[in-house]
Amino acid sequence: MKSYKNIFFQIIIILLCILFFGFLINNLIINLIRTDLGFNFSWLLKPSSFALAEHVLPYSPSDSYAWALLIGWLNSLKVIFISLFLSTILGTIIGLSSAGNNILLKITSAFYVTIIRQTPLLLQLMFWYFVGFLGLKNNFIYFSNILKINNQGIEFFGLTLTSEFSALIIGLSVFTSAFIAEVIRGGIISVPKGQWESFRSLGLSERNGLLRVIMPQALPAIIPGLTSQYLNLAKNSTLAIAIGYSDIYAINDTIINQTGRAIECFIILLLTFLILNLLITNLMETINKFINKKKIYLS
Amino acid sequence: MYKLLSGIAFLSLLITGCSNSYQKETSRLDLIKERGELICGVSGKIPGFSFLGIDGKYRGLDVDICKSFAAGILGDSYKIQYRPLTAAERFTAIKTGEIDILSRNTTFTLSRDSSGGNGLSFAPVVFYDGQGLMVKKESNISSIEDLKNKSICVGSGTTTEQNINDVFESNSLPYTPIKYQDLNQVIAGYLQGRCSAMTSDRSQLAAARSGFKIPENHIILRNVLSKEPLSPASDGADNKLADALRWIIFTLITAEEEGITKENIDERLKLAKNNPQLKSLRRFLGVDGGLGEKIGLRNDFTVNVIKATGNYGEIYKRNLGEDSDVPIPRELNQLFKNGGLHFSPPFN
Repeated sequence: MKSYKNIFFQIIIILLCILFFGFLINNLIINLIRTDLGFNFSWLLKPSSFALAEHVLPYSPSDSYAWALLIGWLNSLKVIFISLFLSTILGTIIGLSSAGNNILLKITSAFYVTIIRQTPLLLQLMFWYFVGFLGLKNNFIYFSNILKINNQGIEFFGLTLTSEFSALIIGLSVFTSAFIAEVIRGGIISVPKGQWESFRSLGLSERNGLLRVIMPQALPAIIPGLTSQYLNLAKNSTLAIAIGYSDIYAINDTIINQTGRAIECFIILLLTFLILNLLITNLMETINKFINKKKIYLS
Repeated sequence: MYKLLSGIAFLSLLITGCSNSYQKETSRLDLIKERGELICGVSGKIPGFSFLGIDGKYRGLDVDICKSFAAGILGDSYKIQYRPLTAAERFTAIKTGEIDILSRNTTFTLSRDSSGGNGLSFAPVVFYDGQGLMVKKESNISSIEDLKNKSICVGSGTTTEQNINDVFESNSLPYTPIKYQDLNQVIAGYLQGRCSAMTSDRSQLAAARSGFKIPENHIILRNVLSKEPLSPASDGADNKLADALRWIIFTLITAEEEGITKENIDERLKLAKNNPQLKSLRRFLGVDGGLGEKIGLRNDFTVNVIKATGNYGEIYKRNLGEDSDVPIPRELNQLFKNGGLHFSPPFN
C-alpha cells in the first residue's frame, strides 16, 4: 500500500514538471513569433565589419561573424589558461606559507587573502587597468630591448602584451590565487597533526615530509575545491569587457548590436562556456581519480 | 555526455523562463494609456542629452523628447519612468517590451529600421550629428592620416565602431581599436593616454570635453566621418505608436516654425478659438480638423506638448544652447528656413 502511494506521488510530480516545462517552452515560442525573433543563424557567415585589437589567428573586418566569434574564443582561452597557470602557482605559494610555521609569512599571506577576497573582482580589474596600467608614465620601466612597461602594455623580448590583456591576466590571477590559497591551506590543515609528528620522528626534513607525506594526503581534499575555482576563473574572464579586452563576451556584445540576434548569440555563448567548463571538470575529475587510485608520491 | 545534455536542457529552460508572457496584439499606445505611464529608455550618461542632475532628475534633449511624448500621449509630462540602458541593451529592450520608446541618441540606419535587422521604427530626427575624433592638442595630430597605426578608443556595439572601421579601411590606414562598453570608460582610456584619439558623435565629444579639467587642451578634428541622424525609436511592428511619435516630433518643429512657444501658447490658443479664419492654426492646435484622433491621440495633443516642453528651439536652447553646460552650435539643427535640416510636413 505504501509503495503505491509513493509511486502515485512521483507520477504527480513528474506530470507537474512536464506541465511547467511545457508552459515555459510554449511561452518562448509565442514570444519569439510575436517579436519576429525566430531562430536564424545565417548571419554568422556575413562579414563582421568591425576591427579587433588582438587576434591570435589572422583576422580582418571582412571576415565573417563566425570567424570573429572564434577569434573571441581564442582570446578568452588565452586569458583563461594563462591565468589558470599563474593563479595556481601563486595560490600554492601563498597557501603553503599560510599553513606553515613562519609567523611573518603567515601574517603576510593572511593579509593578502583578506584584502583580495573581500573586494569585488570587477573593482580589482578596473583598479589594475585604469590605475595600475593606464596610470603608468611613458617610460615606467625601460631596459633597452629586454623589458618595457608603460601605459601601452608590456614588451618583453619583443613579445608585446597590451595593457588590457596584462591587466586582465594580473587581475584574474591575483583574485583566483587568494581562493586557491585558502583551498590549499584547508587541504593541508585537514591532514591530522599526527602525520606531521610521525614524519618528523622518522627524521624526514620538513620539505620532504610536506611533499611526500602531507601533500599526498591533502590532495584529495584540495582537488574538488580547486576545480570549482578553475570554473569560476573561466566564467569571471567575461569581465574582460569592462576593461576593453576583446574576449568572446565583448565580441558577442558587438555582434548582438549589429545584427539584433540576441537570443542566438547568447545560446552560442552559453553553449561554448558549458562545453569549456565541462572539459575543465572532466579533466580535474580524471586527475582526482588518478591521485586517489595510485596514491602518487611527489618527490 | 549526459552532463552536456542536461546542461543544454537547463539552459533552454533558463532562456524560456526569461521571456515575458505579454501576448496581446494591441498597440503599445493603448497599453501606455492604460498604464498611465510612459517607459522611456535613455542613456543617462551624456550631458546635454540625458544626464542625471544633482537633484536626481534626468535632464537633456533626449529627456525632453520623452517628456513631449508623455505630454502628447498622456497629457502629463511627469508620468514617465526612465530606464538607463547601455548601447548594447537598447534594441533588445524595445523588442521585448521592457521599454515603450527609446530616446537614447540612436542613429537612424537601414538595418536598425528594417524588419530583417533590428526591427525598429524611427521617429523623425531630433538631432543631426556626425562622427568625429578628439585628440590632445599637444599630440600635433590634425587629420585622420596622422592617426595611422595609432590606437583609438571607441565604444563597442555602436555605429561608431563600424564607421571608424569603414573610414580607416577605405583609406588603407591601419589602426588599433580599443573598445569599451561604456562612454565613460572611453573617456577614461583616452584621458589616461591609452589611445591617441577617441571617437564618438561630435555632440558627445563636445559634451565629454565640457567635463574635462582643461577643455582647451583637446581638439575635435575637422574630419566628419559619418552622418549620424539621431532619432527616437519604437517597435517596428507597432505602426500606431510610431505614427503618434512621428507627429509629436513634428509638433515641436512646426511650433518653432510658427513661433509658438511655451510662453505664448495660451494666447495663441485663444486667438485660434476666437478667429475661425485662422484655419491652419486651428487645425494645428486641435480646435478643429480632428487631426489628433486620427493618430490615436487627443485633438489638442499639440497644446499639451508645447505647454510641457516648448518648441524644438526652446528644447535645444535649454539643453545645448550657448548658456547651457554643453554649448553646441545649432548649425545643421537649425530650422530649414534658417539654413538647417529641420522641416515639418503640414498638419493637414
